[in-house]
Amino acid sequence: MSEASPAKAYSLHLGVIALLFVLSFLLPEYYHGLLARIMVLAVFAMGYNMLFGYVGLLSLGHAMFFAAGLYGAGLAVIQLGWGVPLAFLGGIGCGAVLALLIGLLALRTTGVAFMIVTMMFAQVFYLLILYFATWTGGDQGMVVPQPARVLSFGATSLELTNPTVRYMTALALFSIVLLATLAIVRSRYGRVLVAIRENEERTKMLGYDTFSNKLAAVVISGTICAASGAAYALLFGYVGSNFASVQYSILPLLWVLLGGAATTLGPLIGTLFMYYVIDITSGYTSAYLLIVGIALILLVLFFPKGILGSIRQRWLGWLP
Amino acid sequence: MHFGPHLLLAALEGLVTSAVLALTALGLSLVFGVMRVVNVAHGEFFMLGAVLAWAITTAIGGHPALGFLAALVIAPLIVGAIALVAERLVLRRLNYNPEATIVATIGMLYIIQQLALTFYGPEARPVEPPFSYRILLPWFGYSGYKLSVIATSALLLIATWLVLTRTKIGLIMRATQYDSETAQAFGIPVGRVYGGVFALGAMAAAIAAVLIVPISQAHYLMGQDPLLLSFIVVIIGGLGSLRGTVVAAVLIGLSDGIISMFFSPTLAKIIATLLVAMVLVFRPQGLFGTASR
Repeated sequence: MSEASPAKAYSLHLGVIALLFVLSFLLPEYYHGLLARIMVLAVFAMGYNMLFGYVGLLSLGHAMFFAAGLYGAGLAVIQLGWGVPLAFLGGIGCGAVLALLIGLLALRTTGVAFMIVTMMFAQVFYLLILYFATWTGGDQGMVVPQPARVLSFGATSLELTNPTVRYMTALALFSIVLLATLAIVRSRYGRVLVAIRENEERTKMLGYDTFSNKLAAVVISGTICAASGAAYALLFGYVGSNFASVQYSILPLLWVLLGGAATTLGPLIGTLFMYYVIDITSGYTSAYLLIVGIALILLVLFFPKGILGSIRQRWLGWLP
Repeated sequence: MHFGPHLLLAALEGLVTSAVLALTALGLSLVFGVMRVVNVAHGEFFMLGAVLAWAITTAIGGHPALGFLAALVIAPLIVGAIALVAERLVLRRLNYNPEATIVATIGMLYIIQQLALTFYGPEARPVEPPFSYRILLPWFGYSGYKLSVIATSALLLIATWLVLTRTKIGLIMRATQYDSETAQAFGIPVGRVYGGVFALGAMAAAIAAVLIVPISQAHYLMGQDPLLLSFIVVIIGGLGSLRGTVVAAVLIGLSDGIISMFFSPTLAKIIATLLVAMVLVFRPQGLFGTASR
């Protein structure tokens, strides 16, 4: 990573955000809704990238953090009758606490064991959702009622079911997380994370406490994923156990690999690309899992750096 | 039924699960032990075995035993061939890098599952057992076929153990497992050993599946539970240890059978998965394994 003027990086990211803002007024209705969903899921991918891309820890259980946000926010609205902002914070809080717990346990392992342990904890989380079906709705899931999905500031109230409000809320969340990850990655702390990824022993020898740095990364990553889940529950109104299944642990990995691990914009590109590939191919075949499978294999075989990673390597060395 | 016979029935059912599980987990353990590859697609090889068994028995027809025996031979061979191709085309080119191979085998999982759904369909289909002899116990009758599954599995496990410890092939495999670079230096064709072991691991899963189809049915999603349970067994038994794998399979199979009969199956799975995760966190070498080198 070459040293570049921060202005260049920040203006690129602000440009992407501005482009997404303008697209809101240009896109036809169907793609408008799709892009809102993609932005929320791209936040999930950014959270995943934080850990996988920058620290090099491959987790196969991030669905549990997404689901913690999803159920934390959804249950707070449905069962406790909380307002939207409080429920959103509640969802994020659930994810952060879960991430801290999982981090404390799972970071005792490394390599393959880390992947299997995270996958197993996520499986336990998934089964718990099914087991407590009376509260969680089991595999049927739950619908967050429309009247509850309203943001009110004094006299004015914004209905999250309105497409424009939904798009702008998704964009706001996306922008905050994008700029936050950019800031983290460019900070001293971000460099320590990359150092851990490249050579943990040496980083330790240089006097850094690698365990607590990694733990912080797990918590940040889990919190971002939970924010995405909470936003998903409140914006799209559905809370379901399939979001906690193994498949949703694999999807962010796929998005990040496709877009480019350890690039700030890669998660968005990967999510966007994969969504449109599935959208286009679903016109011809219902076998979209086949596409996911082939994409995964081709990616690890031929493009292990992903789209943005390859671009950075060839042309734009300054890309964050 | 009283509690005693009830428990006996649960234990017998648990033993059948253990027998199939031990074979499946043996394949996973071989592949991990020798190649250091975590094969996430292992459950799909299991599923393929079952689906192929259905296809072969339907194609052959006639007496159920005939079709079943044909399936027991042909299905594992086909699955082994598919695994060999996958190993050559994908895993080898990745240089067996642990993280890349996990991602690649996840890809294989999706591809195999989707192809099974497309060509086999979403239905669960039964395969007739080769014989339908019931053994009459004082309290209940029990399927003779289920008991024969336990016996077959035990025989195959013993045979594997003999091959691993008493033959030259076994010696080569163990040498590769112990230190692949030194093995290569001594003229062992490590690449070919890897290919063979990967195919063998898939075949073990396929055999287990053919044995279980007459009891449960063939379904395109049936690979998920065996995958998770095999992981659990392999981890508890210690990665790459055959004896540990068998002991753990019996332990997990029995407790799964007994807990599921008296409590909820979901609860049984939650407890088992959580326990295993904790084993991995606090005793990474497994309960029976030796400390890692």
